[in-house]
Amino acid sequence: MINVDNVNKIFTQRDGNTFQALDNVDFSIKKGEFVSLLGPSGCGKSTVLNLIAGFDKSYEGHIKVNGAEVKEPGPDRVVVFQEHGLFPWLTVLENVAFGLKQKGIGKKERLELAREQIRTVHLSKFADRYPHELSGGMKQRAAIARALVMDPQILLMDEPFAALDEQTRLVLHQELEDIWLKTGKTILFITHNIREAVMLSDRVLVMSTRPGTIKKEFNVQAARPRDSADSLLHHVEKAIMECLADELEKVVKEEMGDDTYSLKKNSVFDRTFGGMGGGI
Amino acid sequence: MFLIVLLVAWEAAYRIIGWESWKFPSLFQTIESFYTGFAHGQLLEAIMNSLRRLLIAFAISISVGMLLGFMFAKWKAIDDTIGFVVIALQTVPSIAWLPFAIIWFGFNDKSVIFITALGATWTMAIATRTGIKNISPIYIRAAQTLGTGNGWKMFMQILIPGSFPHLITGVRVAWAFAWRALVAGELIANGAGLGQLLQDGRGLGDTALMLNVVIIIAVLGTISDHFCFKKLEDKLLIRYGLDK
Repeated sequence: MINVDNVNKIFTQRDGNTFQALDNVDFSIKKGEFVSLLGPSGCGKSTVLNLIAGFDKSYEGHIKVNGAEVKEPGPDRVVVFQEHGLFPWLTVLENVAFGLKQKGIGKKERLELAREQIRTVHLSKFADRYPHELSGGMKQRAAIARALVMDPQILLMDEPFAALDEQTRLVLHQELEDIWLKTGKTILFITHNIREAVMLSDRVLVMSTRPGTIKKEFNVQAARPRDSADSLLHHVEKAIMECLADELEKVVKEEMGDDTYSLKKNSVFDRTFGGMGGGI
Repeated sequence: MFLIVLLVAWEAAYRIIGWESWKFPSLFQTIESFYTGFAHGQLLEAIMNSLRRLLIAFAISISVGMLLGFMFAKWKAIDDTIGFVVIALQTVPSIAWLPFAIIWFGFNDKSVIFITALGATWTMAIATRTGIKNISPIYIRAAQTLGTGNGWKMFMQILIPGSFPHLITGVRVAWAFAWRALVAGELIANGAGLGQLLQDGRGLGDTALMLNVVIIIAVLGTISDHFCFKKLEDKLLIRYGLDK
């Protein structure tokens, strides 16, 4: 369904220096699969999504969706953004109907379809509100409805729940799983939250940073709908945590600079793990 | 209330200081002149003439300004070249172009409309450019992913509504600029209008008439700004969730 073949992406910075954001990223997603792309901030996971979405065309390698090279953004793979991206000048209903309007569907029909979709994300009461009148979770639901109403084969979700509080996020996890089980969409889900990735996905691709590349792949073969107490989930979570540990170190190093790092390292570990820091 | 105090103070000052009426009129002279001005249709005609010119010029400057602003936002090459010139031109008070306008069009309506439009166009162009440039890229991306493409649909459904908060501010400022340029233009170039009436008042030593015109200009300006544009702007800001 989605094939990413040996993709390299190089950014040129303002000062003329270049840095390699993606290095030989290579993976594929089957139809109906729920795959998470997991990694620390700055590892290029959102870049991967932007390339698949078609927002950015300057890369090496091939990205194919349904066997056809990606050329431009399109409603066959709708993106759900972290910052919801609802148009503030339209009501929830108009926002959800927006994509249908572009397809040339008549007003009556598209409003009907939009209402129906809004019902499935439990926002019927708020259909005539403007986005700024909604809470963060409701906005994100509206954004998901706006994507689903297009009936795309693929949903690209770019850290959609990252800005939400924990409770709202848990509710939305269940709703998303529910939607996925019902519709059988192919979903590529970007996140930096290990728990979230494990809870939702069939497969978790862990990315390493600088340059961004797929480090390891984990299959999550737990029963659906997922139960957060499932020990298999905890097992996978732990394995991913270990896999990411040295990535974390790299990020800290990158962000704090080399000099301060040796100092910080001890203090950070001391505080976090208490007695486990032995020998300090 | 404040207005009444002001009016009383004005009349009192007139009597105590003893201005002569060819320097500054009294309250009653002004009211009387106001009445006769309207009774004879002279004031009303001038207002209508001025507003007509203003609206023509305003329509021109809004459409040309938006077109320019959109081009600046869309094509960097145009922004770097013509855009730079426009910013330079914006600093020139449009009345400075009046001598040219008189050479090109003569002492008539066209000259006045020309400089009135000129005053507002640059402001509008720059406001449009800023408005479009400030649209969050996420809206553009969201629209693309929903299938707008990058052409007309994007322009009408995202770029225009997305830049509306800036556009409406641009329109407000453009209106104020146009209003100023109009009166200045009418003072010098010919044609019945408020500016011309001011000039006539000076010629006749009729200070009451002159003051009336000034007051009318202030009132019209306030009404249009406060009751049309400000209301519209507030409404938009609330709707866009930009109001605190």
